[in-house]
Amino acid sequence: MKVRVHVSLKSGVLDPQGRAIHHSLEGLGFAGVNDVRAGRLFELDVDESVTDEALDDMCRKLLANMVIENYRIEKVA
Amino acid sequence: MSFRSAVVTFPGSNCDRDLAVALEKISGNECIRVWHGDADLPDNLDFIGLPGGFSYGDYLRCGAIASRSPVMRAVIDAANRGVPVFGVCNGFQVLTESGLLPGALLRNSGIRFVCRDVTLKVENAQSLFTSGYEAGQEISIPVAHHDGNYHADAETLDRLEGEGRVAFRYVGEVNGSARQIAGVLNAAGNVLGMMPHPERAIDAKHGGTDGRALFESAIRGLVGA
Repeated sequence: MKVRVHVSLKSGVLDPQGRAIHHSLEGLGFAGVNDVRAGRLFELDVDESVTDEALDDMCRKLLANMVIENYRIEKVA
Repeated sequence: MSFRSAVVTFPGSNCDRDLAVALEKISGNECIRVWHGDADLPDNLDFIGLPGGFSYGDYLRCGAIASRSPVMRAVIDAANRGVPVFGVCNGFQVLTESGLLPGALLRNSGIRFVCRDVTLKVENAQSLFTSGYEAGQEISIPVAHHDGNYHADAETLDRLEGEGRVAFRYVGEVNGSARQIAGVLNAAGNVLGMMPHPERAIDAKHGGTDGRALFESAIRGLVGA
């Protein structure tokens, strides 16, 4: 089973990397970009036996830092 | 006097020797070196040091993977029993990632790696680690980090300030840290994490000795030397 875990910074947490990327987009002449937030994507290949609860646990214990980040689990196939 | 300290080395630590040398020079006792894969710590430790560096290449998040290594379970148990634990730079990141200290360390607000001497204000001069300073004293300590921007929610920051758990604050802007926080204590006062490197300021040849009092405080507090 393929699973994608999207990790993003919580709103209100400063994102210097997103800001630098935003600045660079503006430098390339792209207009109308209001904000950029950088995040992370993990692609996991897991056995069918792996439960939703276990996936959730993986996110909370390692893939995301719950102090600053949110996560979203997406089952691909 | 007997002062039994240990410094943990993770793959990618690079200030472990500096920290061990500082502890040895100031205590006059050998510092035990511990490997991250060890499941147990030596018995009867007076002090555990988590060094600076780039554990696991800063993969995932700084300190994230190191904080889940076997030895950290023993460090967390020891901290919860009251053993003093001191994390510098990457060691501070390991402490926040492990949950021993609140908050998180984000990329510096100016994006750049910052490597220079900074002025710190001693906010709490009554802790185990800071009793050798005067409250409000300004000291010069080097920093060298890319991810030292301390973040916590407003409620947590208020609690830290209210409980005297902000040990050090930057004087002037360094990395975007909330309320200029450079070092924080846990609720019991036996765990300190800080981004600046006091172990790099213990000998006149380093260019300054303002870091000595931190180690002297802890050693005096623990063994009454």
